[in-house]
Amino acid sequence: MHIIENGNVAAALGVLLCRANVIAAYPITPQTPLTEKLSEYVESGEMKAEYIPVESEHSALAVCIAASSAGARAFTATSANGLLYMHEQVQWAAGARLPLVMCVVNRAVGAPWNVWNDQQDSISQRDTGWIQMYCCDHQQIIDSVIKAYWLAEKVSIPIMVCYDGYILSHTYMPFEVPDQEKVDAFLPPFRPDYALNHEEPANLNTVTLPDVRMDVRGEIAHGYMEIRYLLQEEMRTSLTVVAEAEKRFTDIFGRGGDPFIEPYLCDDAEYIAVGLGSLTYQLRVSVDVLRKEGIMVGVMGIRFYRPFPDVAIANALKGKKGVIVFEKALSYGYEGALVSDLKSALYEHLAGTGALPVVQNFILGIGGRDIRTEDLTQTLRAATKSRVAKEPVWIGLKI
Amino acid sequence: MQAKTTILSLPTEEFVHPGTRACTGCGLAIAYRVGLKAMGKDTILVVPPSCLTVLQGLFPIASTKLACLNVTFASTAAAASGILAALKVQGKDKIKVVAWAGDGGTSDIGLQALSGAAERGENFIYLCYDNEGYMNTGVQRSGTTPIGALTANTPFKGKLQQKKDVPAIMAAHNLSYIATCSAAYPLDLFDKIRKCVDMPGTKYFHIHIPCPPGWGYDPKYGIKIGRLAVETGYYDLYEIVNGEFKLTAASEKLVEKRKLKPVREYFRSQSRFRIITDEQIADIQNSIDAKWATYYKKDE
Ligand SMILES: Cc1ncc(C[n+]2csc(CCOP(=O)(O)OP(=O)(O)O)c2C)c(N)n1
Ligand code: SF4
Ligand SMILES: [Mg+2]
Repeated sequence: MHIIENGNVAAALGVLLCRANVIAAYPITPQTPLTEKLSEYVESGEMKAEYIPVESEHSALAVCIAASSAGARAFTATSANGLLYMHEQVQWAAGARLPLVMCVVNRAVGAPWNVWNDQQDSISQRDTGWIQMYCCDHQQIIDSVIKAYWLAEKVSIPIMVCYDGYILSHTYMPFEVPDQEKVDAFLPPFRPDYALNHEEPANLNTVTLPDVRMDVRGEIAHGYMEIRYLLQEEMRTSLTVVAEAEKRFTDIFGRGGDPFIEPYLCDDAEYIAVGLGSLTYQLRVSVDVLRKEGIMVGVMGIRFYRPFPDVAIANALKGKKGVIVFEKALSYGYEGALVSDLKSALYEHLAGTGALPVVQNFILGIGGRDIRTEDLTQTLRAATKSRVAKEPVWIGLKI
Repeated sequence: MQAKTTILSLPTEEFVHPGTRACTGCGLAIAYRVGLKAMGKDTILVVPPSCLTVLQGLFPIASTKLACLNVTFASTAAAASGILAALKVQGKDKIKVVAWAGDGGTSDIGLQALSGAAERGENFIYLCYDNEGYMNTGVQRSGTTPIGALTANTPFKGKLQQKKDVPAIMAAHNLSYIATCSAAYPLDLFDKIRKCVDMPGTKYFHIHIPCPPGWGYDPKYGIKIGRLAVETGYYDLYEIVNGEFKLTAASEKLVEKRKLKPVREYFRSQSRFRIITDEQIADIQNSIDAKWATYYKKDE
């Protein structure tokens, strides 16, 4: 069924279709309409779930962590300071290897207060051990939620489905809502290897030593370091599972594409603009303009930021003259986090091959600063002529 | 009224293996052992970082035979809510959820989550074991450390502020059941847990826990000191059932006897109070006498 709705409703419909059965949330703009919608589904009986209106985001994730440990399919969503307030629990969920799905409706973080869009909130959680997906439109939001549950439960790693506040959360767009039967065929009920229960009592997340230790049967159990190594290892190998998820999804729903990147006019391009989220669709407009001027430019969206699809990215950018990375967040004191990661992937896979592109970094849209397509076009035009600067350049800055 | 449990009628099944990592003479070890007997095996526990985390053992060996989720410091009551929700959606509502947290994890960092869960009426038992300080991190002051106690971060002057009255805070949430207990009276704890298990909403327990290294006394005197706190009228055992306050057990008997031991005996039994002056003790004695005068009056 095709409908016209906003991005938050697209996310809520995804959660409904996935039959999540424990939802906990705390209000923060621009996430609120999403969780209000879920409370509507639950109160009206349309959704068979427990909705817990907790007293904080820290508790929202605590509820999800505990519910998931006890065998429920849990969901929460937040933005900005809500995500930061959760941070301890974000790390905990990954360490405990719980397949949670959380929507992050991207918003700038304080101080000073600002409720508008950028991506500093989710980018600041990069190293927490969560998988991060970024969406460009409403179809991707609903589809990503569905894929995320399958993937999270397959690899026992929690997933953030990130989409831009207002630009996606509050705008209306047509998208297809998949049939429940298809979603059920794609996503089987959640059956974890172990869920807390009184018949097989286990003590989860106990103090774990720096070194391995023998259990009462004489078998060697992991130390903390082994447990953390496995998170990294399985996060890396989950790249294969991401590809599997995309294939399954395409087979059942009839839509899909490259699981890791979303290229637009990249094949014959000499220069590629790179970004996360809705910005890359806006960049397509600039690419169309520049193509008419004969400038060979394309744009590539990155769908998974963690695990970082380094091979897919390096392959797509191999032999290009230049890569122009646009970011709505940065690692203060250096440059955008994405550009650093991207350069490390290029160095790893292309150094010495003569196919290493020149990389430039532009920071924009911080705290909801208007991103004018004209500015994007001009920036891209200039960046294809010569390297603008070594340091990241801020677009639209009025200083 | 249910018959009182005696040492002979206490269930023999143990849920805590012997030889835990608790210190010698730890009051928590007593309360935990007996408290789990009262809960029985159809129980899931929630535990934040505290001495109890240590008591429970190091991975992969656990000293507790019940299912247990270790959670972050501030999230105990929210985590209990999450387990309850998961059990409910799976049709396993018969299983009990019990949170055991220290006084720091309750009166300070966990208070918000506890208040939230209590306000939502989450159906679980929350037990705060009050050893009156952050013991696991080396005896720092907490909200429930009593006035006058020396701790690692009130090293010379002792704590200058009053003990936070957490049961009173919980009473403001209109709970079906609130009880104070002491590790020195474990059977009373057993009976109170059994009594409230099927009551609706959140049930709150505050358990006074003598702690040899934190309080400074010879481990063999733990029960004696726990009892002194009650017998001097300093720490009262009571229940608040649907808003009705009633002294219970040993404290109830003190009302009949109309005779309290001098609180001085309690203060002079622990080195954490070594700098407290006789004048300060006299002040505390006065406030105890005033409080008990109201109890006696009610009893007339
Ligand atoms: C967020 C956070 N802050 C601080 C700590 C360190 N910490 C662990 S246990 C503990 C003390 C616990 O005190 P209490 O709850 O009274 O239990 P006790 O150790 O006295 O049994 C502290 C401060 C932590 N684990 N997490
Ligand atoms: S420090 Fe106190 S409460 Fe903690 S284990 Fe030792 S005796 Fe028990
Ligand atoms: Mg304590």
